[in-house]
Amino acid sequence: MNVFQFMLQNRSEVVELTLEHLWMVAASTLLAVLIGIPLGVLITRWPGLNKPVLGSANIIQTIPSLALFGFLLSVPWIGARAERLAILDLTLCALLPLIRNTYTGIKGVDPSVLEAGRGMGMTNRQLLFQVELPLALGVIIAGVRVATVISVGLATIAAAIGAGGLGEYIFRGLAMVNNQVILAGAIPAAALALLADASLGWLEKRLSPG
Amino acid sequence: MTNSPKNGTAIEFRDVSYRFSGGHELLTGLNLQVRRGETLVLLGRSGSGKTTTLKLINNLVAPTHGEVCVEDRPTTQWDPIRLRRGIGYVIQDAGLFPHFTVERNIGLVPTIEEWPAERVRERVRELLQLVGLEASLARRYPRELSGGQRQRVGVARALAADPPILLMDEPFGALDAITRAELQREFLSLQKRLQKTVVFVTHDLREALLLGTRIALMEGGRLVAALTPNEFTGSSNPLVKQYLEAFGAGPACADRGIA
Repeated sequence: MNVFQFMLQNRSEVVELTLEHLWMVAASTLLAVLIGIPLGVLITRWPGLNKPVLGSANIIQTIPSLALFGFLLSVPWIGARAERLAILDLTLCALLPLIRNTYTGIKGVDPSVLEAGRGMGMTNRQLLFQVELPLALGVIIAGVRVATVISVGLATIAAAIGAGGLGEYIFRGLAMVNNQVILAGAIPAAALALLADASLGWLEKRLSPG
Repeated sequence: MTNSPKNGTAIEFRDVSYRFSGGHELLTGLNLQVRRGETLVLLGRSGSGKTTTLKLINNLVAPTHGEVCVEDRPTTQWDPIRLRRGIGYVIQDAGLFPHFTVERNIGLVPTIEEWPAERVRERVRELLQLVGLEASLARRYPRELSGGQRQRVGVARALAADPPILLMDEPFGALDAITRAELQREFLSLQKRLQKTVVFVTHDLREALLLGTRIALMEGGRLVAALTPNEFTGSSNPLVKQYLEAFGAGPACADRGIA
C-alpha cells in the first residue's frame, strides 16, 4: 500500500487533521499579525523600545517549541487545553519576523516623502496610515509570509501535546516505524507550506508600491 | 484666487538661532523680513543654513533662540498642522507619494482638509492646467512621469489649497538645463499672476538673479546681505563679490526685468 492509497483510505481523517492544522496556523498567524504589527510600529516611534522588544522576540524564537510548551503549560486558561497552548506557542514564534519586517518596512520609507507629508501639514496618524504603512506593506506581507511558512512547519509539533494537526501522522508513523504514515502527514504539510508561500508571495508582489 | 499684494510683512525672523541638539550651530542671529508677494531667494552653498531657514518657517524645526513670525504670530504659537496647511512646500525631487496617483498627490491637502470629493477633483483639473500638464496625466503614478512633470506636479500640489505662502527648496535642482529653464520661465509667469509670498532656496546664482525680487546670501549660518538683483550684482560686499566671481557672472546677468 503506498502513501496515496493510505491517504485515500483515511481521507476523512486526513481532511480533519489538515483542517486542524490550518486552524492552528491561521489563528496563530492572525494573532501574531494583531500583536506584531502594532509592536513594530511602536518601536519606530519610541526608539528606546527597539532593543528590548526585538531582543525579547529573538529570545522567544530561540527557545525550542517543545520547551515552550512546557513553560506555557503552567499558564492558567492557556494550559487547560492543548489547542490553546499550541496556538499561543505558534503565535510567539511568528512574532519576530512580523515585528522586524514592520519596523524595517517603515524605516525604509523615503525620508523626503515623509518630510513632504509633514511639511504639508499631515498629522502623525495620517502619515502612518496614508504613507508609512501603505509604503511598508510589501515588506510587512513578506514578514507574514515567512511567519506563516514557519508555523505550518512548527504546527506539526503540536501533535506532541495532543493538539492534533498533521503532526499526528508524523508522530504515529515514527512510533510505528512506518514511512507511509509519516509521509501522509508530511506531504499535506509541505503542500500547505508551498501554497501559503505562493499565495502570500503573489499578494506581496501586488501590494508592493513602485 | 486673489491675494491682494498689500504692503506688509508675511514672515519675519527676529534674532533667530538654531542649534542642532548635538551642539553645532546651523544658524546664528538671523534677522530677516519677507514681504507679502515678494520672491525672496535664499542663496548660498551647501551647509550655509538656507534649508534650515526654510524649515523654520513651517516649523519643521523650531528656533533655539529668537522667534520666527508668520502673519505676525510666532511659529511656536501656531498649531503646527494649521500653520503648515497654509504654507505650500515644494522640495527637490518633488517628494511625491509614490503610491498615490497624480490626482491624489495634488489633491492631498484639500482632501485632508475634508473638501468634498467633487470640489477636490475640480481643483485638481484646474491646477493641472495651471502648471501646464495634460488632464490625462491625472491617473498616472509619479514613476510614470518625467522629472520635469514630477516637479510640476509638486508645484501643483503645493498650490492646491491656495496658500498665501510658498516655500521651495531647490525645486529645480535635479532637472536638466533645458527643463530647468522652462520651469523657471513658467514659475515667473505663474508668480506674476498669483503674487504669492515665495521663499526660494537655491545655490545657483543665475536662478537667484532670474527669479528673486530679493536675494539673501547666506554663509556659514549667517545672513551676509539681502539685496535686490541689481544691488546684488553691483555690491561691493566681498562675500557677494566672491559668489559672483565663482559663477563668472558679472554685470551680464544684471539685465533682467523684474516682475
